[in-house]
Amino acid sequence: MKAILLSFLNFRESASGRVVPPSGFTAQLTVITSAAMAFLAVFALALSMATGRLAERWGNELARGSTVRISAPADQIDTQIAAALKVLETTPGVADARLLTAEEETDLLEPWFGPDLPLDTLPLPALIDIQEMPEGFDAEGLRLRLAGEAPGAVLDDHSRWRKPLLRAAERLRLLGVLSLLLIAGVTAGMITLAANAALAANGQVIRTLRLVGATDRFIAGAFVRRFTLRGLMGAVIGTLFGMVAVALLPSADGAGSFLTGLGFVGGQWVWPLTIPVLAALVAFAATRVAATQTLRRLM
Amino acid sequence: MIEFYDAGYGYGGRELLTEMSLTLAPGSFHFLTGPSGAGKTTFLKLCYRELQATAGRVSIFGEDTRSMGRDEVALLRRRIGVVHQDCQFLDHLSVAENVALPLTVSGLPRDHGDLSDLLAWVGLSEQIHARPPELSGGERQRAALARAVIMSPDVILADEPTGNVDWEMSLRLLQLLIELNRMGKTVVIATHDLHLIRQAKAQVAARVLRISNRRIQQSGADL
Repeated sequence: MKAILLSFLNFRESASGRVVPPSGFTAQLTVITSAAMAFLAVFALALSMATGRLAERWGNELARGSTVRISAPADQIDTQIAAALKVLETTPGVADARLLTAEEETDLLEPWFGPDLPLDTLPLPALIDIQEMPEGFDAEGLRLRLAGEAPGAVLDDHSRWRKPLLRAAERLRLLGVLSLLLIAGVTAGMITLAANAALAANGQVIRTLRLVGATDRFIAGAFVRRFTLRGLMGAVIGTLFGMVAVALLPSADGAGSFLTGLGFVGGQWVWPLTIPVLAALVAFAATRVAATQTLRRLM
Repeated sequence: MIEFYDAGYGYGGRELLTEMSLTLAPGSFHFLTGPSGAGKTTFLKLCYRELQATAGRVSIFGEDTRSMGRDEVALLRRRIGVVHQDCQFLDHLSVAENVALPLTVSGLPRDHGDLSDLLAWVGLSEQIHARPPELSGGERQRAALARAVIMSPDVILADEPTGNVDWEMSLRLLQLLIELNRMGKTVVIATHDLHLIRQAKAQVAARVLRISNRRIQQSGADL
């Protein structure tokens, strides 16, 4: 492996590497395009990973919490709270059910109404916080039982808005992966075109090489190594720029939205480093196919 | 070494060469003559499998060229040195790199001493670092000859090697080819220069292959 890597790195200086003439602008274009694709791939990867984290967070945090809201006349509220708590205690899948205190309700409303909220003058509903067991509970069954025992109680298990959000996050993650595949495909297409152009422009070189006894493997290898190195070089540059750009995005915090969380966390920073390797593999495969097909056509 | 069995070659429905039966024996020296367009280059191309006979068969080093794969053809060409009419150099490489190209494509090490000796033998010691476009016609032909022999091939095919050079240079190139023949190499020179053939006749037992009416006619050392 080390020998293969060294032969690749020494390629430019080796005699076999010099049989293909330098092709100036085409070479620069390949490097620049590869860099641009790698840059986009870093963002696609960041998007995919951020949405993955988001979906996981929503799935874990929101699935475990539900609320029962009780709105009833003042003379019935305590009765309905007690009835609702009793129903919840006997509901399979409910780990804990607890009536929120007035202070806790004030804390919840403070971001919207300010710290001096006169809670006692407002007709606020009572809130029961439910902690679910990992297996969850039967929300529809609980609703029916609450309707019978405490008519003013409404179960909000967050599933109505959580599920579409989870679906959206999953779709975004899928789009990120799809974007990566598209970028790989476009890179392969671009390198194939560049390799075909180089092979066509070097028809006389190929004929001369064949006349002095070069095998298809040797000729294809000369082009494959050159384009693989260009693809790798461009991808390294693009990936580094992409990683710096992602690192410079505003950092995620407790109140951060989705956009502020777009980036890599901890060990995820290793993943973008695989992009140059994959780009080199794509360039290798694309050039090899193009070279093999062209050489078969030539003689 | 190279054998033609009632071989012929046609292209686009037109027969260029036909009914060729001959053997190029090891160590032999042949001149291939005929008017321009007679098929001399086509005959040489059949000898190194650049073209495939469309009739009969051609055998090179005992191998039927019809059954050869692409890699086998490549390996075959390492045993046959060809001096092309237009030399066919890679202009971005130096003369030394062009001459050493057969070694490079074969993955063989390049001995700088041997390469210098070879370039000195063809009188190109001063042009070792020059690019092919900087060479004169005669220098290009001598560089092509050096490239053709660097692998110490069994056969040397030269297509009009003296076509673009003056008489003095023609004699010099002929002398180099005669030296190679004396080393045991089979030499075939395509030319329509009868003076050159007469000049060679005094030094080497050359046979003349004349292409006429799409057929090869053989004659002995005397014209």
